[in-house]
Amino acid sequence: MTGALVMSPADIRRAVTRIAHEIVEHNRGTEGLVLVGMRTRGVPLAERIARAIEEFEGEPVPTGSLDIGLYRDDLTERGPSVNIQPSELPDITGKRVVLVDDVLYTGRTVRAALDALADYGRPDAIELAVLVDRGHRELPIRADYVGKNIPTSQSDDVQVRLHEVDEEEYVRVAAGAGDALRRSRTGAAR
Amino acid sequence: MTTDTRPADQTQTLEAPAAADEGWRRRHLLDLDDFTVDELEQVMAATDTMKEVLSREVPRVPALRGTTVVTLFYENSTRTRTSFELAGKVLGADVINIAASGSSVAKGESLVDTVKTLQAVGADVLVMRHSRSGAPYLAARHANCSVINAGDGLHAHPTQALLDLYTMRSALGDVRGRKVVIVGDILHSRVARSNMWALTALGAEVVVCAPPTLLPAGLGTNTDLPPVRVETDLDRAVEGADVVMALRMQLERMHGGFVPGAREYSRRYQVNAERLARAKPGALVMHPGPMNEGVEISHEVAHGLQSRVEEQVTNGVAVRMAVLWLVTRTGARGGIRAASSRGAL
Repeated sequence: MTGALVMSPADIRRAVTRIAHEIVEHNRGTEGLVLVGMRTRGVPLAERIARAIEEFEGEPVPTGSLDIGLYRDDLTERGPSVNIQPSELPDITGKRVVLVDDVLYTGRTVRAALDALADYGRPDAIELAVLVDRGHRELPIRADYVGKNIPTSQSDDVQVRLHEVDEEEYVRVAAGAGDALRRSRTGAAR
Repeated sequence: MTTDTRPADQTQTLEAPAAADEGWRRRHLLDLDDFTVDELEQVMAATDTMKEVLSREVPRVPALRGTTVVTLFYENSTRTRTSFELAGKVLGADVINIAASGSSVAKGESLVDTVKTLQAVGADVLVMRHSRSGAPYLAARHANCSVINAGDGLHAHPTQALLDLYTMRSALGDVRGRKVVIVGDILHSRVARSNMWALTALGAEVVVCAPPTLLPAGLGTNTDLPPVRVETDLDRAVEGADVVMALRMQLERMHGGFVPGAREYSRRYQVNAERLARAKPGALVMHPGPMNEGVEISHEVAHGLQSRVEEQVTNGVAVRMAVLWLVTRTGARGGIRAASSRGAL
């Protein structure tokens, strides 16, 4: 556990709740809404948002998980990691899909996710919700819902931990080590 | 024909096996004899994902876009070559099929030349079947691209064993402690050999059953060979089995003096309903194909409720997708791209 704390568990909880409200407000209810979490940490975030929406709207929102391992355009640069899992998606054709991820960085993961979604159906609309937007986009992609904007340098390492995956919960930013980590790991912090 | 099926090349380690949690490091898939449990699990996990892709209305993903897969088959094959081709296409690769029949290319020198030529025109993955044990090892030592063994002589057929394993696990969960009986021409079977390595690595109880003339010397006692039990009586072997796998009885073996004849062989070694009744209720029946119905397996068992033969073929595509995907994670490339990444361009 290194790096400066930028979100505590309470901060994360408040951000998730706010995003849940914003999604419902912007879509005028839950009709046709589908939340799709991007593996790994987007999945528990999507489930948390769905639970929050169900609490205050009384309507369950279908959720799914999307693995974009087979859609990335940077495979050969990413080293030998091979962690892929089957995607599990409800019917998305004609639905309003909100993609959920932990960190928005270059936008390449989101681009890959848009390609993947297109192979499962034709949603009416796709929106994007992220817990952290750290900047440094390389593609014309922006988030519709953001938990927290964190200015970073490209060498910073943004560490998101969620208790469903990591058994601890925080967002931290460690200076400097990011690039090396990015090269050596699956695809976290993208 | 030699019965020493461990090619000399194999003693040279081509690459270190992957340590746990370090991702995939194998550029080639040549045999399963040095696979770690972790590596087998990685293939199984990737296969799950590939099954999901195959279940889609339009089964196609761009994972291997820009990658060229060449199948180089020096021996006939329908299902293996077709399923590799399909696997490559589903992943978005360009697939080129080359059937190299005839004996002049079967010699070491020209095999290396062929491999180098295919690599120079841009092959990233070479899927190879050859009648000589160890031929893919020779290719791998001279290739910058990935080499996948699609069956070499009497030695190994790793993707068949991986799809067999996947099929067993789909039905049984874990294979640990499960009794798997492999019956047939063990001596000449690369399928049996690769299956023995994979299954014993994962803790299955493997029993091989064959007439004494069709058993490799030392199997069951030699500790360099996989730890299996040898049984020459099929009725005894199948007792309480979870899986009964029959191997193809090749007709040329009948004439080679290994068995007295097809009728004698099937009387003692055919997997039929009566023998299957001695296995566990619902035991899986498997066969790598193509089947000689009425010889090593009876018609009713081959097409019965317990048969997983068709599922094996279906899983073959997913397993080969997983293997193609995994070996290309290591960044091995052919053609101009290999040259430019070495700084030659």
